[in-house]
Amino acid sequence: MDLKDLYRDVILDHNKRPRNFGRLDPCDTAADGNNPLCGDQLTVTLRLEGDRVEDIRFEGRGCAISTASASLMTEAVKGMDEAAIQALYARVHDALTAAADAPPPEGLGKLAALAGVREFPARVKCASLSWHTLNAALAHRAQNAAGQGPGAGLDPTPIAAVSTE
Amino acid sequence: MTPPASAPASAPAYDVAGVRSQFPVLATTVRGKRLAFLDTAASAQRPLAVIEAVDRYERTSHANVHRGVYQLSQKATDAFEGAREKLRRFIGAASSREVIFTRGTTESINLVAQSWGRRLGPGDEILITWMEHHANIVPWQMLCERTGATLKVAPIDRRGELDLEAFRALLTPRTRIASFIQISNALGTVLPVREMIAAAKAVGALTLVDGAQAISHQRIDVQSLGCDFYVFSGHKLYGPTGIGVLWGREALLREMPPWQGGGDMIRTVSFSGSTWNDLPWKFEAGTPHISGAIGLGAAVDWLETIGIDAVQAHEQSLLTQATAALREIPGLRLIGEAADKGPVISFVMDGVHPHDLGTILDAEGVAVRAGHHCAMPVMAFFDVPATARASFGCYSDEADIAQLVAALRHAHEVFN
Repeated sequence: MDLKDLYRDVILDHNKRPRNFGRLDPCDTAADGNNPLCGDQLTVTLRLEGDRVEDIRFEGRGCAISTASASLMTEAVKGMDEAAIQALYARVHDALTAAADAPPPEGLGKLAALAGVREFPARVKCASLSWHTLNAALAHRAQNAAGQGPGAGLDPTPIAAVSTE
Repeated sequence: MTPPASAPASAPAYDVAGVRSQFPVLATTVRGKRLAFLDTAASAQRPLAVIEAVDRYERTSHANVHRGVYQLSQKATDAFEGAREKLRRFIGAASSREVIFTRGTTESINLVAQSWGRRLGPGDEILITWMEHHANIVPWQMLCERTGATLKVAPIDRRGELDLEAFRALLTPRTRIASFIQISNALGTVLPVREMIAAAKAVGALTLVDGAQAISHQRIDVQSLGCDFYVFSGHKLYGPTGIGVLWGREALLREMPPWQGGGDMIRTVSFSGSTWNDLPWKFEAGTPHISGAIGLGAAVDWLETIGIDAVQAHEQSLLTQATAALREIPGLRLIGEAADKGPVISFVMDGVHPHDLGTILDAEGVAVRAGHHCAMPVMAFFDVPATARASFGCYSDEADIAQLVAALRHAHEVFN
């Protein structure tokens, strides 16, 4: 296999210059994600309008795959509502875990660059960590909203935490 | 570590090609590339002598041990106890009663912590070092939680060497045991175990030496070392997984209570109470890993045919070459630069996460470990999330190093 299938230019670029890097303060919801096996850890903060992502940032440290995946994710989900995010994540997940000889995924845009991890099963968790963390932040928001009623100002602490191993 | 002074300069050249030919896995390819297996510190590969001994046992000699009166069971018992005797000889133990088969280093330490550790109470102290493997941290933490004893940790310096003075200063009359690694799996550091054992003895503390990384790289004589417990795993010694050894002084083992109950470890059982078997079986409840023990016995026999002193000299020469070559790679930083090291090199590369390094190396057929090496406090000390680690064994050769160096240069190009 060619290493360039995994470390495509778009991944190297997003690793070196991650987009939407940092922390939204104040934010509507947030989550910490970490992969204790790798030491990858990141925080996702979100501003929402209803269940639409108005703005999203991430920060943390991890390998190129996890950093680029988080960066690409923030670009892709900005402006999406939760249903669209879940549908997109399902397709990203399929792309990451497809058989090595499956045809390349279609319609994923830049996110398709992550499909190279399918040949390296040990690295799938690196690519999916940011998505798990985003899901945890959205679930956290839903819980908060149920507890505090619509429109309540949300306290992002203690923030949701997700761990993959 | 310093190669043995007794090795004559005129010793015949080490036949690494001959050694390699006895390891079938080394002839396999990875993603179409030659396999450069540089993860022996995690688990060594198996030579034909071990594979065949296990196979022979399975085909011709298997039955449960210490039970049957029939011939096959006697054959299995003889092979199993014969393996114990081989291990006794290999580590220089006084008696095979002192050689207890366990699942490995981790279980050996847990056995000591749970059996011997019962005598501890509040105010008692356990001393370890900052560079221990989790297997030599967590069992003691659990023991402290149960008994109220206190765990103390001797510091290391930026080169990855133990602060021996601090270690000495942390020993007190309340120190009941000092438990430490002989060669750090994360840094390669060879610890001054003789000095540490002497210092611990001076305050009346027992000593446990974690020999997981040392046992395959240098000759071990537990009596001359002077420790009270010595533990290691079979699979780092070219033997099978799931088998290892706890060596302990007989007098000490005799007064320790069993840690697991069941078959084999008893002499008599009645509902009014049970009595215990003799050493070493008192600590071996249930049917043991018979084929594992036999495989491990074959491994030490095989290693003696190569000569562990010759293996050590070969590995030290590779360590020197590889260290020099890695220092030339742009952006690469060694983690662990002790003066005395085992054949282990931990490193990080600027701008490249160790897991990306591991994957890029894998694509080039180079197998290294990338991670925290079950030594998270060491990673925290050096402020790195993880390191990549190349480690050598008796079969490692210069082609492995060349392949590693080329792959690392490639990684640097990909990311810069």
